[in-house]
Amino acid sequence: MSKAEIGEATRGVAKAVAHARLLPSREKALGMYERMVLIRKYEERIYYLFLEGSMPGSIHQSHGQEACAVGMLYDLGPDDYMVSTHRPAGHDLAKGVSLQGMMSEMFAKANGCCNGKGGAMHTGDIAVGALPANAIVGGNIPIAAGVGLAFKMQKKRNVIVAFFGDGASNEGAFHEGANAAALWDLPVILACENNLYGASTPYSKTSRVLNIADRAAAYGMPGEVVDGQDVLAVNEAATRAIGRARRGEGPTLLELKTYRIGGHSRSDARAYRTRDEEAAWAARDPILLLRKALLEARLADAATLDAIDEKVEREVDQSVEVAKASPDPLPEDALKNVYWEGAAQP
Amino acid sequence: MKMTIVEALRSAIADEMRRDETVFCLGEDVCDLEGGYGGAFAVTKNLAKEFGADRVLNTPISEILITGAAVGAAMAGMRPIADLQYGDFLFCCMDQLVNQAAKMSYMSGGKVKVPMVMRAPVGATTRGAQHAQSLEGFFTRVPGLKVICPSTAYDAKGLLKTAIRDDNPVLCFEHKLLYGGARVEAGGISPTSEVPEDDYVIPFGEAAVRREGKDVTVVGNLLMAHRAMEAAALLEKEGVSCEVIDPRTLVPFDYETVVRSLEKTSRLVIVHEDTYSNGWGAQLAAYVAERELYLLDAPIQRVATYDVPIPFAPVMENFAVPSTERIVKAVRTVLDS
Repeated sequence: MSKAEIGEATRGVAKAVAHARLLPSREKALGMYERMVLIRKYEERIYYLFLEGSMPGSIHQSHGQEACAVGMLYDLGPDDYMVSTHRPAGHDLAKGVSLQGMMSEMFAKANGCCNGKGGAMHTGDIAVGALPANAIVGGNIPIAAGVGLAFKMQKKRNVIVAFFGDGASNEGAFHEGANAAALWDLPVILACENNLYGASTPYSKTSRVLNIADRAAAYGMPGEVVDGQDVLAVNEAATRAIGRARRGEGPTLLELKTYRIGGHSRSDARAYRTRDEEAAWAARDPILLLRKALLEARLADAATLDAIDEKVEREVDQSVEVAKASPDPLPEDALKNVYWEGAAQP
Repeated sequence: MKMTIVEALRSAIADEMRRDETVFCLGEDVCDLEGGYGGAFAVTKNLAKEFGADRVLNTPISEILITGAAVGAAMAGMRPIADLQYGDFLFCCMDQLVNQAAKMSYMSGGKVKVPMVMRAPVGATTRGAQHAQSLEGFFTRVPGLKVICPSTAYDAKGLLKTAIRDDNPVLCFEHKLLYGGARVEAGGISPTSEVPEDDYVIPFGEAAVRREGKDVTVVGNLLMAHRAMEAAALLEKEGVSCEVIDPRTLVPFDYETVVRSLEKTSRLVIVHEDTYSNGWGAQLAAYVAERELYLLDAPIQRVATYDVPIPFAPVMENFAVPSTERIVKAVRTVLDS
C-alpha cells in the first residue's frame, strides 16, 4: 500500500476521532479496557502457544482489532446475537464467550466452547448470543439477515451484529444479505472491519469503491466510516446503529478502519505490507489510545490499569493450565451431533 | 379427501403454520397477494390470504439470501420453509446449504439447531438442462442434511409435516410431473390419493412397499416409483411378479425394507432419474453388495439417467431419462442372469 493510499484510508478516521470524545462512565470505560486487554493477551498467548507447537490447526488472529469487537458488542445483552468470521476470538471474547471455553477449544479439548468440534474458526456460544463463527467469507451475512428476520417476526427488540472483513464486501453473499436486511428493515448491524488486506491483497486492488461504507447507499441504508482503532468512536457509532435497529428502522453498515497486528494466518510473513506501515498503525494501537484517553480524562490512573493488565494475565495463565489438563474428546465423539440430539444436559 | 401432491403439500404447510406460529414460508414469488404466483408450482397459493404476506414472504431473487436467512431464522427460534423455484437453483446456494445449514449443529458441539425445510422441484420436463436435474442423490452426500422425496399426496403431506417439525435441515424434493393441480405439466402423472383431514405424520426412514411381489425387487423414487409400477404391471402380464419399493426418504434410508424384500426375491433393480454414476442407487447397490451379497442370485441392475446434462428435444430427453421400457428390460436382465 502506498503512502497516499494509507493517507486516504486514514483521512476519514482522523475526522471521526475529532468528534468522538464523549467519554463513557468510569465503570464502562474500565470494562471496555479489560475486555480489550483480555483479547490482546489471549491472542498473544495463542500465538506463542501455537509457535511452541502446543496447538493443532491454524490461527487467524484478531489482535490490533480489539476496539472493533469491544466497541461494537459491549452494550449488547446475551439475547442480542453476534456472528463472526474466521478471525473470531476478539468478537467471541467481547460477546462473553468464556475464556476457558475459547482456550480449551484451541487446545481441541472436550470442554472447549464447541466440545472440540469447531476449532479456531468456529468458536462461539449460543448461550451468550455468539453464533458459531463462520469461516466462509461473507457466509455469515445472509445468516445475520435471517436472525434479524426472526427477531422482527418474533416482535423482539434484539439485534444482531455481523462482522466481516473488507474482503467479504466483494462476495455475492454480502450483496444478497445487505439488500434483504435493508428491504425488510431488519435489526442487523453490518460491521465491516476493514483491515486493509484480504489475506495478502490490498482492498484497494479489489474495488473501485474507496470506502466500503459508501456501498450502503446502494442498498438504501446508512453507512459510516469509523475509526476502528478508537473504541470510544466505535462504541458511539455502534450505539447509533443499535438504536436504529432496535427502533425497527433497519440496518446500518459501519466500516471500521483497522489493522491486524499479525499476519492473515499462521504462515503469513506479511511481505505485502511494509514495516513502516505497521509502525504507523502501532502508534495508534487501540489499547494505547484508550489508555491514553482514560489517563487524560482522569477516569483511571496508571496503577488501576496496570492492575487490570495483571489480573487478565493471571486469568489467561490459568485458562492455559486448565486447558492443558483437560481431557481430549473421545475419538468416537466424532460421530455425535451430526444431527441435533437435543439440548445438552447442564 | 382426495388430493393431488400440490394440494397435499399446501395442506401440510397450512396445518403446520396454524399449529406453530414459528413456521413461515419464504422464497421467490411464494406470496399470491397483489397478483403474485403463490409459488412457481402454486404450492403456496392461497396461504397468504390466511397467514399474511409476512409469513408467506416474497424474497428478492437471491438464493443465497433465501437459504442463509432460513439458516439464521432457524437458529433464532423460527421454523422456516424455504422455497426454490427449481431444484437446479440449489447450486446457487450450496455454501449456505452444505457449509452452513448442514454443519452448524456439529461445529457448535451440538449447541445450535437448524430446524429448516428447503423445498425444491426436480425432474426433466422439456425445459433444458438448467431446469431439469434430479438432485436428491447429490445431497445425500452431505452429513447433517436429511433428504425426502415424496411421490404420493399422502406421503407428501405426512413427510412434509415431519420435515417441518424436525430439528434439522431437511431438503424436500418434489417432482414437477407429479404435482397435479391447476398447472399440470405435459406428460404429468399427477397422482391423487386419499389424504386424511386429521393430523398425521410419516416418520423418516420408512420405505413404502407399493406393490408386493416375489421375483424381483424394484426400488425407485419420485417419478421413477410410478414408472416402476407401470413396468411391474406390464411384467405381470408375462407372469413376472415385481415387488416395488419407494424409499420415500433418502436420508435416512430404509435399507432394512429392501433387504427384507431381497430375502424373498434375490434380485434387485434400482431406478432413479438422477444420473447413473454415483447416484443414490450406487450407494444402495454398494450397501447390498457389502452386506447382503449372498442374498443375490443375479447382478444388481441400475436404471438411471445417462451421464449427460438433460437435453431439450423431447425425443432426446425421453431417451436420456429412464423409461418404463428400460425398467422392464432391466427386470428381464436380472431374471435372465
